[in-house]
This record gives sequence, C-alpha cells and structure tokens, in this order.
Amino acid sequence: MTSLVIIVGYLILLLGLGVFSARFFRGTSADYFVASHSIGPFLLLMSVFGTTMTAFALVGSTGKAFDKGIGVYGLMASWSGLIHSAIFFLVGIKVWAIGKRYGYVTQCQFFRARFESPTLGYLLFPILVGLVIPYLLIGLLGAGAVMRGLTVGFFPDLFPGVMNPNLGRMQFVGSIPPWLTGLVVSCVVLTYVFLGGVRSTAWANTFQTLVFMTTGIIAFWMIAKRLGGFSAASAQVLANTPQHLAREGMIGRLEFFTYCFVPLSVGMFPHLFQHWLTAKSARTFRLTVIAHPIFIMIVWVPCILIGIWAAGAGIKAPGGNANAVLGTMVAELVDSPALTGLLVAGILAAIMSSLDSQFMCLGTMFTNDIVFRLFGVDRFDDKRKIFLARAFIVLIVSITYLLTFFPPPHIFDLGVWCFSGFGSLFPLVFGAVYWRRMTRGGAIAGVLVMVATWLWLFTRDMMYKGAGGGDSLILGMMPVAIIFSATLLTMVVVSLMTRPPAPATVEKFFPNASRERQTG
Amino acid sequence: MRNIIIIAVILLFFLHQDFWWWGDGSLVWGFMPVGLAYHAAYSVAAGLVWALAVKFAWPQTVEDEAGEAAERDEGAATPS
Repeated sequence: MTSLVIIVGYLILLLGLGVFSARFFRGTSADYFVASHSIGPFLLLMSVFGTTMTAFALVGSTGKAFDKGIGVYGLMASWSGLIHSAIFFLVGIKVWAIGKRYGYVTQCQFFRARFESPTLGYLLFPILVGLVIPYLLIGLLGAGAVMRGLTVGFFPDLFPGVMNPNLGRMQFVGSIPPWLTGLVVSCVVLTYVFLGGVRSTAWANTFQTLVFMTTGIIAFWMIAKRLGGFSAASAQVLANTPQHLAREGMIGRLEFFTYCFVPLSVGMFPHLFQHWLTAKSARTFRLTVIAHPIFIMIVWVPCILIGIWAAGAGIKAPGGNANAVLGTMVAELVDSPALTGLLVAGILAAIMSSLDSQFMCLGTMFTNDIVFRLFGVDRFDDKRKIFLARAFIVLIVSITYLLTFFPPPHIFDLGVWCFSGFGSLFPLVFGAVYWRRMTRGGAIAGVLVMVATWLWLFTRDMMYKGAGGGDSLILGMMPVAIIFSATLLTMVVVSLMTRPPAPATVEKFFPNASRERQTG
Repeated sequence: MRNIIIIAVILLFFLHQDFWWWGDGSLVWGFMPVGLAYHAAYSVAAGLVWALAVKFAWPQTVEDEAGEAAERDEGAATPS
C-alpha cells in the first residue's frame, strides 16, 4: 500500500503543479502555443530533456544492457549527448529566431513559408502526425505494462488477473490493469495540458524530469548496496557474464557507428520544435546545449550498470522480457514498497514528460495547420483559437487512449522506426536554415523519397520479423543510414536541378547573408 | 577559436568509435567497465566542448535579429 500512496501522491502533486502553473496563463493563443516566448534556461533544459527522454531511458536502457552489455551506452547515450546538443546549437537557435520573427508555432508553417509551398505543408502534416502517434501509443502501452508488472498482488479482490493459456494459470493477479493506468495517465496529462497549454507542459516536465532522475539514482544506490557494493556487483559480471563488460560479439561496429543517425530525429520532432519556440531568448538555449550530454550521462550510466549487474547476478527476465529487468531487480533485491512506489512514479514521470508535449504539439498542429489553413486564421479570435486547440487535444488524447485497446502488431519495434523517420527528415530542417539554394522541388522530392524508402525498409523488416524474428540491420547498418542518405541525395540533386527560391524568400530567411553580400 | 571548436566537435565525432576498448572488459575503480567509463567521460567532454562553443562561437547575430524583429512584430501569434 505504501507504493500506491507514493504513486497517487506523485500524480496529485503533478496535477497540482499543472493547475498552479495554469494560473500564469495569459489567456492568449501565443501563450497557449509557445508560452509567449517566456521560458527561462532551467525550465527549457528540463522540459527539453524530459521530452527527449522517454521511459526507454530508465526501463529500456536497463533491459538493453541486460541483453547487449555496456555498448548500449555508446550506441544511444553518448551519440545523443553529442548530436542532440549540436542540433540545439546549430538548428534550435535558428528555428527559434525565425519562429519568433514570423510568429510560427508549427513546423508546417515554417517549411511552407521557407519553401514557398502549401503542398509541402500538406505533405508533411500526415507524415509528422503518423510518426508521432505510434510514439504516443508506446508511451501509454508502456505505462500500462510497467504498472501491471510492479503492482502484482496489490488488489486481488478488485483485479483477478488474466489467464495465460500457455502457463495454464492466472497472471498479474491483483495488479492494476493497463486500461486503468492508461485512463489515469491520459486524464492527468490532459488536465494540465488543457488548462495551461505549453507553459503547464514545461512546468510539469521539469518536475517529472527531477522525479525520474532522482528515482534512477536512488534505485541504483539501493540495488548496488544489496549486491554487496559497486565492486562486488561488477565482480559478479566479470565472473559470470564477462561479455557484458565489452562490446565484442554483442554489438557490430557498423551498427555502433550508424546509430549516429538516430539522434538526428530531435531536429524534426514537432514537440521539440514547439518547446524551442517557448524560449525567452536565444541565450536561454545555452544551459540546454551544455548540460544535456551530462544529464544523459547521469540517467544512463546507473541504468546500464543495473542492466549488466542483473545479467551477472543471474536475474531472469520475466517471460523473456528484458524491459522488466529493472522492476525485477527492485522487487527481488530491494523488496521495499517505498522504492517500488518511487520507481513506478519515476517511470510514469519519464513517460508522461514525453506524452504531454506530444499531445500538446498535435493539438497545435491540427488547429494551426488544418483549421486555420482551411477557414482562415482571421476568422478566429484568441478565445476561439484556444477553444479549438483544447478541443483537438481532448480528441487526440481520446483517440490515442482508444487505440491502446487495438495496438498494431510489433508496436514496440515501431519506436525505432519512428525515430528513423524523423532522423531521415533532418536534411530538410538543416537545409532550410543553412542552404539558401535549397528549393521547393528538392524539399518535396526529398520528403517523398524518405517516405518511399522508409515504407520499403519498414515493410521488409516487419515481414522479416513476422517470419521468425531477427533484427533490423541492413548490411550491418541501421536502416536510418540508408533512408537518410537517399533523402539527402535527393534533396541536393533536385534542388540543384530546379529554380532557386525567390530573392524575397532568401532575404526573409537569410537576412544576414543578404546583408553581408551587399556590404561585401 | 571557432575553428578550434569545429575541430574539437569533428574529433569527438570520430573518438566515439573507440575500437581500442572494443573487446576490453577490464574494470576501472574496481567497478566501472573501461568502455563505459570512456563513454561516460565522452559525455562530459561533449558538455565541455559545447560549453566552449557557447562561450566562443555563440551566434550573436541570430539573437539580435530575433530581438529586433520581436519588438517590431510584438503581438503576432499565428501567421496566416
């Protein structure tokens, strides 16, 4: 019961913070969509970090290290530290300046204007929404799975569990069912996003990021203590599963290198685009650029160590599910209801800090990119704009929740494919802010090639998995390397073959370059 | 300084592929696998390089541009 009190207490605190932050809402659409460009350095750092770190940072990283050893850190965390900050520095600041200058709140608005093409806006909209929705589903389904696994035996009278025909017995007796977790998570997130828009999201993300970072460190400390200390825990790995301490035979070198394309996805995440626009000034980005790699290290190193310690200690992944290893370690080694409660709160925090931004950005996109485009923005006053955004957010949360009852097959495999899609679109945003010669034709052709290549490799991968498993590598490389290269090549070649953008557009998006040319 | 930072970022990009620790499972400080310690230090190095970039290669013109324009366009919420 202690665990449940902590979990409920955390949700109430989060809700209270969301409601409190909504008191600062200024009642304008600019405040609802981009917090009137008023977010300071600390809130930006925490909201951007919380948004980019999903539950995978706690649960998935431990599970993956349990399977593949320490190489998982280099594969995902250290690449992300370098590349995410590079994108915040090179792209985020530029996008913020352009967004602030022209009042853009969505990517489609920006790309439509930069490439003088309403078609590109309509083409991008379903692609971006289509890549965010599986990501949302993974969050809700993940929250349900974690809660079910960690609350076994809590309410035997209320939830009798589910029959496992393979085992011939009931499973998850007394645990909170995924439909209830999904409902509670959706309602909590919906409440604060609905009330305060992106400002409440930033406040809530800050709190959630602090919760999941603290939880990870506490879990790490207590698990190490129960294993006899840091040295004893690692000595067990050296004695029993030494392969987990290195990368030989666990991760391919080409896979290790080509994973660098995956973190490029942050350059095209619509929810991060919106968070960038909330910054008070370009200087606000400084703390995020510097601290992001170090924050990743603080969260990931303990989780990777817990994963390899679990392998060394001979912990069995329940039902072969490596993602359950962190929960199992806490349950078997620490057996503390308080830590279980904290761990669930931490995992929920990591999940919800991404979910809220995604719900917010989808509501913003539907309102701005569809309704205002179709009916004209001047037809709506600020109150109606906010009403529409809220209505869309309620609709999207409801649809996503309903979709969790009918999850598509291989939904969790879809995660890396979503990242691959966003990562492969990176040349579009990079070219838009750095390459004056990039044209509408180049942008549209690149996006179409990205979709075609993605669909081809994705279908191939799903068929391969359906036929009996296997990983997603192609010639030892991550598929994103191929999709990215095809997209980049197409954008460059077609841009060079088509008419350059109008001088007025170049002047609008590259004012300094134009000034330098005139003075030079 | 800007060039030094560009070189440092490129160097970091290549230093990620630490093939010299690839099969080395030895422990540093008695508990930390050397490959993990290297990549944890790599994350800190990335933070330091970006701190230098922020200090010495900050795109001041972008900041000024948005500032000037924001004053001019104050109140604009959504474009048509």
